[in-house]
Amino acid sequence: MQALTDMGLYRRRRFVNFLILAISLLTTLFGLFWLIWLLWTLLSQGLPYLDLSIFYQATPPPGNHGGLGNAILGSIVLTVVGVLIGAPAGVLAGTYLSEFARKSKTASVIRFVNDILLSAPSIILGVFVYEVVVLRMGHFSGWAGSLALALIALPIVVRTTEDMMRLVPNSVREAAAALGAPQWKVTVAIVFCAARSGILTGILLAVARISGETAPLLFTALNNQFWSHSVNEPIANLPVVIFQFAMSPYDDWQHLAWAGAVLITLTILLINILVRVFLRTPKSRY
Amino acid sequence: MNWEETLGSAMNTRIRRGVFLDKVFYHGTRIFAWAVLAVIIAILVSLFIGAAPALKKFGFGFLASRAWNPVTEEFGALVSIYGTLITSAIAMVIGIPVSFGIALFITELSPIWLKRPIGTAIELLAAIPSIVYGMWGLFVFAPYFGDTIQPWITDHLGPVPLIGALFSGPPLGIGVFTAGIILAIMVIPFMSAVMRDMFEVVPPVLKESAYGIGATTWEVVRHVVLPYTKIGVVGGIMLGLGRALGETMAVTFVIGNANRIHASLFMPGTTISSTLANEFTEAVGKMYTSSLIALGLILFLITFVVLAVAKFMLFRLAGREGSRS
Repeated sequence: MQALTDMGLYRRRRFVNFLILAISLLTTLFGLFWLIWLLWTLLSQGLPYLDLSIFYQATPPPGNHGGLGNAILGSIVLTVVGVLIGAPAGVLAGTYLSEFARKSKTASVIRFVNDILLSAPSIILGVFVYEVVVLRMGHFSGWAGSLALALIALPIVVRTTEDMMRLVPNSVREAAAALGAPQWKVTVAIVFCAARSGILTGILLAVARISGETAPLLFTALNNQFWSHSVNEPIANLPVVIFQFAMSPYDDWQHLAWAGAVLITLTILLINILVRVFLRTPKSRY
Repeated sequence: MNWEETLGSAMNTRIRRGVFLDKVFYHGTRIFAWAVLAVIIAILVSLFIGAAPALKKFGFGFLASRAWNPVTEEFGALVSIYGTLITSAIAMVIGIPVSFGIALFITELSPIWLKRPIGTAIELLAAIPSIVYGMWGLFVFAPYFGDTIQPWITDHLGPVPLIGALFSGPPLGIGVFTAGIILAIMVIPFMSAVMRDMFEVVPPVLKESAYGIGATTWEVVRHVVLPYTKIGVVGGIMLGLGRALGETMAVTFVIGNANRIHASLFMPGTTISSTLANEFTEAVGKMYTSSLIALGLILFLITFVVLAVAKFMLFRLAGREGSRS
């Protein structure tokens, strides 16, 4: 009798186990399902409208034929300037945290704040830059947009730089120091070199992140219907153009929005996949 | 001067230069590290300054008022706060079990060759820009949801007492519930990545001893892995919550942007971030802009607290891990 109930218990445990694992498999399929649906929608809606003229024609008034050339150019300019501001600052800050202040109190405060900044709502950064830059300058501008993007890139670069530089073994630093190299030289010539691919990965991830950001650009770079030659003026950029065109009632604008969405997403996915090939460690959380 | 002195002074200048450059390098990097701190303080200060006129006029009533009338300049944050919290709550209800399941699958169930591709695929969900989620939500998901799933839910859950009111109303497709679902999809990669990393640091010897006394996989997870990683899992959930609270573009597309609180989750609403995205550039008048900035301040404070708690919990787990190895 005892043996029988034991068998029942055993079977029940086996059954619960099976059930939970089956559910876990289903949730994974659930997650993949959305990815496939999203990508499928994107490709089927956007690819038909993706032709060469997208790249060299400016955004049209409704009803006319046009492209996204000015927006693509604007996005590239904003992203490049944003990374040029955010990445060096981030690398230097990460260097400080890893090389000079591993265990200090202030460093752990900075680390903490950096991680909060990493996940803070990007629209808040837009509001901040609006108040600090746009209001002071009196008009929307590419600079403001780039600055907002730089603030998003900064914490990503700080975090990866620090993590990657910490992976460099101390014995390497000691070996260089023993040869008489001052610390700046140890850091620049040895540690940077060893952590190079990791730091680059962080910068690439930052590029991927900011090239799709829309919210902070709404109040900073705004938009521009024409080819903008100056970073000092409102500048056209893909995310905001996509937002405006997608929300519009015009069919041809919506088609352009889908084409733009395909461009952005493929670029970002490409960067992400490159990063994973580039640096084959299972740690990335951005 | 003999050669020894010459050499000595040359070495001295070299060393002195090295020391000097060391100082430059140290302080140079330190400035940028402090800049990170300065940024967050500057954000707080500027939001406070921008929000001051509205906060002065409406006081704490701002938090409890449902008003949002640019013409009479009456503003209140309640509807936006409600929308933000309720969409994030829906996202958590859907997202937590799914993220847990995915983490469980990747760490315990998946064959080794499949771990990486699946992990990467889930992480790619996080790489897709939020505006794409928004467009997909508005043009593809919402119509489908409104045509097929929503009527079914209303038919089956609508008559149920208590929760029925949550699921009644016309099947619009867009609305608070749709926004919550899309948020769930967006935070799943973050939460499942943290949970997976947590599950993977459980010492194999603990799991093996449980398997050794005959525990099933689920029992090992339930009684060994989860207790060991409890704080980290909660930290990961808070991290996802922080993301969900602040997400802007996807929500702006699908929530319907109506400044009302409905009993039904199927009706349009608004969140802090979508109100900001929709109205900030068009806001005229000091009080209007200031009220919007006050909304931003509230959002920032909420996410700050949530993320700080997340960070604290993840940090505690990391600390324990360090002391063990």
